Amino acid sequence: MGVPVQIHVNGTRRTDAVEPRLLLVHYLREVCGLTGTHVGCETSVCGACTVLVDGKAVKSCTMFAVQADGCRVTTIEGLAANGALHPVQEAFWERHGLQCGYCTPGMIMTAVQLLEDTPRPSREQIAHGLKGNLCRCTGYTHIVDAVAHAAAKR
Amino acid sequence: MSTITTEKVGYVGKAMKRLEDPRLLKGLATYVDDLRLPGMLHAAFVRSPHAHARIVSIRSETARAKPGVVGVFTGADVNAHCGVVPCAASQPDMKAPKHTVLAGGRAYFVGHPVAVVVATTPYLAVDAAEAVEVEYDPLPAVVDPEKALEKGSPLTHPDLGTNVAFTWNLAGGDIDAAFKNADRVIRQRMYHQRLTPMAIEPRGCVASFHQGEGTLTLWTSTQIPHLIRTLLPGMIGVAENKMRIVAPEVGGGFGSKLNLYVEEALCSYLAMHLGAPVKWIERRRENAAATIHGRDQIGYYEVAVKNDGTILGLRNRTIADLGSYLQLLTPAIPTLTGLVLTGSYKIPAVKMEAIGVYTNKMATDAYRGAGRPEATYLIERLMDLVAGELGLDPIALRRRHFPTPQEFPFNTATGLTYDSGNYDGALRKAMELARWDELVRRREARRREGALSGIGVSTYVEICGMGPSKAMMAGGWEWGCVRMEISGKVTVITGATPHGQGQETSFAQIVGDRLGVPIEDIVVLRGDTAVAHYGRDTYGSRGTAVGGGAIVMCIDRIVEKATRLAAHLLGAKPDQVVFQEGRFGLRGGAGKQLGWGDLAGEAYIAKNLPPGFEPGLEASAFFEPPNFTFPFGTHICVVDIDRDTGEVDIVKYIAVDDCGNQINPLLIEGQVQGGIAQSIGQALYERTVYDENGQLLTGEFTDYAVPRAEDIPEYVLGSTVTPTTSNPLGVKGVGEAGTIGATPAIANAVLDALRPLGVKHLDMPFTPEKIWRAINQRT
Repeated sequence: MGVPVQIHVNGTRRTDAVEPRLLLVHYLREVCGLTGTHVGCETSVCGACTVLVDGKAVKSCTMFAVQADGCRVTTIEGLAANGALHPVQEAFWERHGLQCGYCTPGMIMTAVQLLEDTPRPSREQIAHGLKGNLCRCTGYTHIVDAVAHAAAKR
Repeated sequence: MSTITTEKVGYVGKAMKRLEDPRLLKGLATYVDDLRLPGMLHAAFVRSPHAHARIVSIRSETARAKPGVVGVFTGADVNAHCGVVPCAASQPDMKAPKHTVLAGGRAYFVGHPVAVVVATTPYLAVDAAEAVEVEYDPLPAVVDPEKALEKGSPLTHPDLGTNVAFTWNLAGGDIDAAFKNADRVIRQRMYHQRLTPMAIEPRGCVASFHQGEGTLTLWTSTQIPHLIRTLLPGMIGVAENKMRIVAPEVGGGFGSKLNLYVEEALCSYLAMHLGAPVKWIERRRENAAATIHGRDQIGYYEVAVKNDGTILGLRNRTIADLGSYLQLLTPAIPTLTGLVLTGSYKIPAVKMEAIGVYTNKMATDAYRGAGRPEATYLIERLMDLVAGELGLDPIALRRRHFPTPQEFPFNTATGLTYDSGNYDGALRKAMELARWDELVRRREARRREGALSGIGVSTYVEICGMGPSKAMMAGGWEWGCVRMEISGKVTVITGATPHGQGQETSFAQIVGDRLGVPIEDIVVLRGDTAVAHYGRDTYGSRGTAVGGGAIVMCIDRIVEKATRLAAHLLGAKPDQVVFQEGRFGLRGGAGKQLGWGDLAGEAYIAKNLPPGFEPGLEASAFFEPPNFTFPFGTHICVVDIDRDTGEVDIVKYIAVDDCGNQINPLLIEGQVQGGIAQSIGQALYERTVYDENGQLLTGEFTDYAVPRAEDIPEYVLGSTVTPTTSNPLGVKGVGEAGTIGATPAIANAVLDALRPLGVKHLDMPFTPEKIWRAINQRT
């Protein structure tokens, strides 16, 4: 009953047979074993499951794996190059942009696209760009600081 | 208390980035849902869609026939094998329903688990759960806790014969004299709305039973693995010493994971019964419906005052909506409100009657602040109401009731002894940072233009560092262990269970400084009862205040032991040995110096030890705090309100918090900011809504409005430092300060903005609709 899909995940081309109803986030977590992408709400509100699909930040809990057929998907595990943290990851570390860490992967993936689109964002633009990602620990201030810090370092 | 003082500025006091972060940043941390065990099965729950209903029948044949289904279990199958969910707080007259793991003959709230399906994959488990047919006979639901007290009200639990769970009374000072001598009595009803904690990681657990050893391992997203290890044996009959509870990475708790939940007990039982590991991951809708809620108190407050503003006494009747069951600390929450009722003020007489009421809703329990936000909100609102009635300056009114720094330890009429404080110092600093006079000028100018603008102040105090065992339900101490390894590396184990607060870093800072060891050589372990053998976990802002105390005791013991060993190796007496920055040498500097590597090697190889010297270099300790800690501070909020839309805009926010000595100011700032954000949520957006039938209307993030990045103003944050005497670190705890101090500052600002319209009080949240109605009814 599986539908064949070819998906580039973090630079590796994979061929898998998946159930048509399998959500992309579950494909990444259960089939690929990449558990860095988290599920927080299943209604695309919280953004914990955000990954990049062909370079765009997408909530992987509301996309089917079959819809990603032929796409390039980047998850949090694919962001650090050769073990070195991505500048956005580094900035979250330096500015204490995380506490429990659960929203962090999604928050970082959204921030990565935000900085691609707007390399020098204002704080208002950062906050607006992160409105699809919920964090209950930090109160966002340090997250906005982190994204601004990452932008300044570019 | 400590024998070692740190002269040198080392790690402690520095804003250091966290040691725990790389794994979290790379997506390589392990939360419960990330666990994979061979042969693992998946559970999905069937939950009541009704607030109150008789369960007529449960038909599971269709579900059982679905692919991958291993079993379908109802209350009739499991309740006899799993004991009732424990409640640690009791009241003398308490009436409690039997809280079985699955509903018996009745369902008592929307989300009440009625059956559980176990299948080979999560998708198949959900498919089968949807195929379980439950026939309900809906019954009248008890929703309004005040109506629940009226004669003839339907009963939440008919077998209890009443909706009243308990009454609790607190009295201090001469309340009758206070009201007799009062020139005026100011009265206000306030409703502290129900909130949903909404940790971004829902709950979840994996239970695995080793048939050969008879041991159960439960990985669960919890704040309290040790308390679960104490309580779960009573439910499922596995002995405490055959049980290992692991809190792996936990994605936010805020009190909502300070509980033993039915799902944890049931998955444990099913793992034993089925002989396979069982995993359950809560979905958001389940989280909103069946993980504890917070707050939900209605209070009728009366303040006895003299015309000059002197407050003589405070009296109230509080109705606490408990929901349908008592979770771990449900009845304790209103009592915490009572204890800090008088806030940071000298109020000589107090009386409180709290009535715990059952309703057909999810249980309320400890949500970040737990009882103290309610108290702080009401006393801070009352200060503004009193000031407003008497035409006094709210700042001056607060000041005249502050105890002075010399009056500490300060005894309150509620029976507490506040450890230390300089309330006026924090207030002054906040006013300076706020540029108070400019704020007032701005407000007056805006008012002249016809705009709605307000300034709100909250000068809070809270109870933290929970707590002295005499005042706690089941031990308020904390356990820790520090081991100097043979390699000179240091392993620190804490029984507090940090889950995002950052003690993997702050404890390493403490140990690094006090042992003189590079922080890179220190590892802090937590959260696994097989590693952290004993503990009382994280809640009530106790992690550093109490857990840190245990670590300091361990350090002192290790240094003392190492000093004896060093003396032996140096051919001297222990009192001739000086320990400084990780080196042991003779007083005066003669002879060679020994480092930790030298001493650890000797201690473990054990060929050249002093007579009677126990090998090894490890110490564990239980730290018993002599008192709570009482952090305090001043929050100032400035709001503008849009007359046309009723929208509240936080223009400026200033907070000065005093949490005693600071281990890592960066982490403290994070705690404060996170807490204020939750306060902004409570003040402006959040409320848990059940309709008149007890149907939950806020079951998702789409309906329950937690703040987003755009909702957060820029803060001006400051601090004062008044160390506590309750622990050797002098730290007070800061995890809940923001949710306690900030809500009333925002509320007071909103109501100050509405004062020119004659609005004296509104209940939270101050949604645009509520504000708009208030504006338009009165203008």
